[in-house]
Amino acid sequence: MTDLRELYQAVILDHNRNPRNFRMAQCHNHKAQGVNPLCGDEVQIYLQLNEAGIIEDISFQGRGCAISTASASIMTETLKGRSADEADTYFSAFHQLVTGEGGRAAAELDFSKLDVLGGVAAYPARVKCATLAWHTVQAALHQNNEKITTE
Amino acid sequence: MTSAALDVDSVRADFPILKQQIHGRPLVYLDSGASAQKPEVVIQAVSDYYRRDHSNVHRAVHTLSQRATAAYEAVREKVCTLLNAARTSEIIYVSGTTAAINLVAQTYGRANLSVGSEVLVTEMEHHANIVPWQIACELSGATLKVVPFHDNGVLDLEQYRTMLSDDTRIVAVTHISNTLGTINPMTEMIRLAHDAGAVVLVDGAQAVPHMTVDVQALDCDFYAFSAHKLYGPTGFGILYGKESLLEAMPPWQGGGDMIKQVRFAQTTYNDLPYKFEAGTPHIAGAVGLGAAIDYVSGHGLGQIAAHERALLNYAQAQASAVSGLQVFGTAPDKAAVLSFELDGIHAHDVGTVLDHEGIAVRAGHHCAMPVMEHFGVAATVRASFGMYNNYDDVDALFAGIARTKDLMSA
Ligand SMILES: Cc1ncc(COP(=O)(O)O)c(C=O)c1O
Repeated sequence: MTDLRELYQAVILDHNRNPRNFRMAQCHNHKAQGVNPLCGDEVQIYLQLNEAGIIEDISFQGRGCAISTASASIMTETLKGRSADEADTYFSAFHQLVTGEGGRAAAELDFSKLDVLGGVAAYPARVKCATLAWHTVQAALHQNNEKITTE
Repeated sequence: MTSAALDVDSVRADFPILKQQIHGRPLVYLDSGASAQKPEVVIQAVSDYYRRDHSNVHRAVHTLSQRATAAYEAVREKVCTLLNAARTSEIIYVSGTTAAINLVAQTYGRANLSVGSEVLVTEMEHHANIVPWQIACELSGATLKVVPFHDNGVLDLEQYRTMLSDDTRIVAVTHISNTLGTINPMTEMIRLAHDAGAVVLVDGAQAVPHMTVDVQALDCDFYAFSAHKLYGPTGFGILYGKESLLEAMPPWQGGGDMIKQVRFAQTTYNDLPYKFEAGTPHIAGAVGLGAAIDYVSGHGLGQIAAHERALLNYAQAQASAVSGLQVFGTAPDKAAVLSFELDGIHAHDVGTVLDHEGIAVRAGHHCAMPVMEHFGVAATVRASFGMYNNYDDVDALFAGIARTKDLMSA
């Protein structure tokens, strides 16, 4: 059971039960929907980007497993106040974290919250759960209003 | 066939894959609904075929081709007996249930559907018995209608009766639901469809492994199943069709083996069943299915069904004692499937924790998204039973469920 607790850490269970920024943003100028056709999970991401390209508000809705819900929740906390470019950088570092491909994220990135999802690397079948919200943010930022899937 | 109860310990010993540990725990395989494991005799038959007898079928005078053809064709007899079909010409080899349904949709469907005509499916179908009909309806202008089920997973026969009409050409319905386990009242449904002048395709993917099927007693027009759910190889399956219907249907795929004579001016098609069997088939798949049929028949489908029913009753009794566990599908007539949700815990998380305990279940929509929609859930956990499962497997499942609740609420 010890290593399963690595995956389902208390922080993850907390984000799953009380997801942060779980709402439709009052005003948003970018949004996208992501689905995982394998399990039927879905997430909507709402972004408010200001003229300087900074994410002023980010929120999500949808339904998914503990990993995908916690990942989306932590992601919104991490990306709020960052630029679209930074979001890209965070996504690639996060992707390396959950696939176990990278070492530690570069020191200039704030992974204090994201690191808790590192346990996913031991569960390849669950990587898509952890990255669904991130893929959807990419879609929202770069191909507005697209529906994306993990497949 | 024996009348003694199934000897599950000896059955288990016949399945090499079961003798392993997953994450340090003995494997508890509860995903036979997705695909059943293979007994040694099936693995051996496929291996022997490739080691000794392989060549192409129906093509050459040399010894190996004769042997391969004989082994391949002998399986048609076995399938004929298994389904109690009237003749082997009604047994079409295909790659699986999906291919069988697409074949009928693309041939019988294309020839008989037009604007104003209707196809009836049910709300509990696998996507394989929905999408081919959507495509056929789109191409022909026909309308697809959906017979709903009650919340306990029983089909709404009243609705079915009223939806049947002179316009109904085809009824496509699953014999047993892969998600709810419901055994549908096929005999009655087929009689009603025939009264309305429609033909009936039965999706038997989940039925053939779990009950005795008699296509003549059912009087169904088409019946489809997959070898891999019957302890045989993947990529192989059967379409049964009434000879008169198959004769009248245009071929599906063109190629070698399905022709008598090819001229650029005109090609004559082969006789049944070869008319529908273009190209080099999955010969080893047929051989493996033959061995699987022998294996299953040796134990008796009646005995297998009784054993699985007892397991299901045992599992359902335990399920009803777990707080926050909701079972989907509580039809009185039910087989081999327990679909459920744990309050506040996503099916995927349940699946991961159970896997960690060595327990293989399916977590997802089970290729039956309309069923998920009916209950307003994205996914369920499905434990499905096969002839090798025992009471320990069910106990392991519920111990795993308790551990899941523990872990996820911490
Ligand atoms: C009821 C039902 N129909 C059709 C299928 C499709 O079978 P196959 O993938 O072997 O073609 C399945 C398999 O999951 C099934 O359970």
